Amino acid sequence: MDQMKNTVGKARAAFNSRKACSLEFRKQQLQALRRLLTENEDRIADALHKDLNKNKLDTQVFEIIGLEGEIALLLEKLTEWAAPRPVERNLLTLMDEVYIQPEPLGVVLIIGAWNYPFVLSLQPLLGAIAAGNAVVLKPSEVSENSAALIKELIPKYLDKDLYQVVCGGVAETTELLKEKFDHIMYTGNSTVGKIVMEAAAKHLTPVTLELGGKSPCYIDKNVDIDTVCRRIAWGKFTNCGQTCIAPDYILCDKSIHEKVIERLKETIKEFYGEDPKKSPDYCRIINTHHVKRILSLLEGSKVAYGGQYDEASCYIAPTILTDVSPTSKVMKEEIFGPLLPILTVNNVDEAIQFINQRDKPLALYAFCHDKKVLKKIVAETSSGGVTANDTMIHFTISTLPFGGVGNSGMGAYHGKFSFDTFSHHRACLIKSLKMETVNKVRYPPGSPEKVKWIKRLITKQVNFGKLGLVFIGLLGALLAVLMKVLLLH
Amino acid sequence: MSSTKEVAARLREAFNSGKTRTAEFRLKQLKAMLNLMKENEGALLEALKKDLRKPNFESIISEVLFTKNEIVCAINNLTEWMKPEYVEKTLVTKLDTCFIKKEPFGVALIIGPWNYPIQLVLTPFIGAVAAGNCAILKPSEVSPNSSQLLSELLPKYLDKDCFAVVCGGVKETTELLEEKFDYIFFTGGTHVGKIIMTAAAKHLTPVSLELGGKNPCYVDKSCDINNTAHRIAWARFLNMGQTCIAPDYVLCTKAVREELVPALINCLEEFYGKNPQESEDLGRIINEKHFNRLKALLSSGKVAVGGQTDEKDKYIAPTVLVDVKETDPVMQEEIFGPILPIVDVENIDEAIAFMNRHEKPLALYVYSADNKVVKDVLERTSSGGFCSNDCIMQMTLFFLAFWRSWR
Repeated sequence: MDQMKNTVGKARAAFNSRKACSLEFRKQQLQALRRLLTENEDRIADALHKDLNKNKLDTQVFEIIGLEGEIALLLEKLTEWAAPRPVERNLLTLMDEVYIQPEPLGVVLIIGAWNYPFVLSLQPLLGAIAAGNAVVLKPSEVSENSAALIKELIPKYLDKDLYQVVCGGVAETTELLKEKFDHIMYTGNSTVGKIVMEAAAKHLTPVTLELGGKSPCYIDKNVDIDTVCRRIAWGKFTNCGQTCIAPDYILCDKSIHEKVIERLKETIKEFYGEDPKKSPDYCRIINTHHVKRILSLLEGSKVAYGGQYDEASCYIAPTILTDVSPTSKVMKEEIFGPLLPILTVNNVDEAIQFINQRDKPLALYAFCHDKKVLKKIVAETSSGGVTANDTMIHFTISTLPFGGVGNSGMGAYHGKFSFDTFSHHRACLIKSLKMETVNKVRYPPGSPEKVKWIKRLITKQVNFGKLGLVFIGLLGALLAVLMKVLLLH
Repeated sequence: MSSTKEVAARLREAFNSGKTRTAEFRLKQLKAMLNLMKENEGALLEALKKDLRKPNFESIISEVLFTKNEIVCAINNLTEWMKPEYVEKTLVTKLDTCFIKKEPFGVALIIGPWNYPIQLVLTPFIGAVAAGNCAILKPSEVSPNSSQLLSELLPKYLDKDCFAVVCGGVKETTELLEEKFDYIFFTGGTHVGKIIMTAAAKHLTPVSLELGGKNPCYVDKSCDINNTAHRIAWARFLNMGQTCIAPDYVLCTKAVREELVPALINCLEEFYGKNPQESEDLGRIINEKHFNRLKALLSSGKVAVGGQTDEKDKYIAPTVLVDVKETDPVMQEEIFGPILPIVDVENIDEAIAFMNRHEKPLALYVYSADNKVVKDVLERTSSGGFCSNDCIMQMTLFFLAFWRSWR
């Protein structure tokens, strides 16, 4: 489609005009995005309500506040992050300027997801803008109201040439992926993640893939079950379970199994009342395709609580599953819905073994008082991120990189990690043409004498302390002077 | 001999056993690597001589010393690097512990090139070992003596369950790429880079691709022409031009060219004598295929010095070409040989426009005594790395991330 070519071409021409180089310009764009959010809060809440039955409060908490915080952070830190980053020099370059210069990559493609349609499209956009790139944004067509609103609002607030929004489904995305980008960020599932990376490979485009997986949640026996169940229920049933870092399933100690089920039931009632369908705080499944998919996962397990559904209104009740076999359907794919399977283990080692037999998840949760046990779990498993004794909170800390590993993704973002992800880190060495005497050791014709000098100048020694490095620095300078005096060549 | 599948499975089992997790284990392997380098210097130099007729002078510095330094850097810093990185907390998490934990990926695949067949395969390998991964090394079949030596030596020094060397060509590499790795590190050409990334996509394996490109070298009128000529010539003709960050071509005004060419000619005689083919300090082209490829490029522009070839000896004289046009064959691909084209430009703006018309290179060089000129080029271009008033030296800095251009 020529349209895609034109869109990307426009963004590239705008990038090449260098207007996004100026930090002032980038800050203005970020401030404009902030205005977009504050001036359209109601319309955003309305779109999210239509797409996911999300209420106003949840919109604030899960979509708006995080973005506003990120914008404030970027505005505060941009000058610092965009500045050259000096690095340690070696003897040969003691007199030179050595630093890493973050630079924009060029034209970035951001493919958003439908479950948090604003934050998962706009948070990467913020990072890409801050790093000085042009952006083509492709919000998810599945959350159609949010996508339409993003398409309408972005050109009203941001530079129309540098930042383009493309709407559409599989066909449009496939066309878009034929174009050459300088970075692609995709949030979604592993299957499409592979397709995105393969398309990126044709142009050698680096990718950040925020994927998913089954995030395990281990509960140790000596915990305050009330608090634990509340935190897990919150993480699981927010957005009707449609969160990439929702606790997917529970592994709990056998001895507390019954108590956990009871407390979870009570917590669900506390949160959503006897009939969650009537609760204004309970979302809906995005569409009937996913309703069918999630319902098919019930097969083979026992419904300990919930299980009600209404396909027409995309409603599935918060549901607890027990008697779950590790090989059942619900344990084979990421649930991404309000089903919470509970499996039992005899001890923490069994839990670790269970987790390690599966793909590395995006998040891992462990509830335990014993710091030693927590340390053990962190040391012996792997995941994108970890929150111990709570769920999802690690997402909110912008000083922590948010991303997956293995099947749950590659790369990371949030805060400075966003800025760095969308930047090229250029290695810079600024020398002068002086000190040529030192350089002469490296020119042919070679000689054993020259080799000796070079070894003296650049050989590193094992286990030299910091003081030793200072000494070596002084020695190096002395050697350089000696060489000039001895007039090697 | 184990099949690729068996080797990969063995390494995965070793990784899952957790033995690479401790600093003690990793330090033991790194120290063993250092011993490998110290105890086999002779054999390494010999292999490099057979593969590339690499002069000992070059081998010691660019292959052995560089690799040893990388190992020592890892040994000295490992404990520090392994520590969790504590981060600033939010108000809500003030009472909590927040940190970034560095973890090994798992089983890494490292595919090496033929031009620095020891250093360019061992440097990433050292990183993988230090980070606690198991790793398969696939050295280049195009430099068979170096690869053979590595496949003999590594198992003698390192843990055989965690580290393996797989030798072979396209067939073996394709087989390897069907296995699932947790990280793939590739050094080589752009074309194969795309194949590697496509294969990696099937398993969602993150990759590092150290590729190449045409590294431009802008020479300004304000520079010391003699020093400039020395540094450019050294960098261009090191390893017979077969260096990914060698200056690929020069951009300068006609006036600068008129001074630069004689300076380069003098340099070449200083470095290699009146008949460079007899110099012990000049390597050779890796094989017939590349020799023929390079010979064809000599017809671009006009030969200012050099141009002689000897097929049997895989020798091409250090050559400077002038009157080279942007459309000439020598300007269409990464040269990777001892040919230095000089393209005339009117001024710095034309030079920058020229550079920006082409793919982002791995390195970009500027020679000028005027800081403004240096900063101007730096700000208006993009490249993996940048060095002013020298070439290649940005690679010697261990703490300067050797970030790459993706194309």
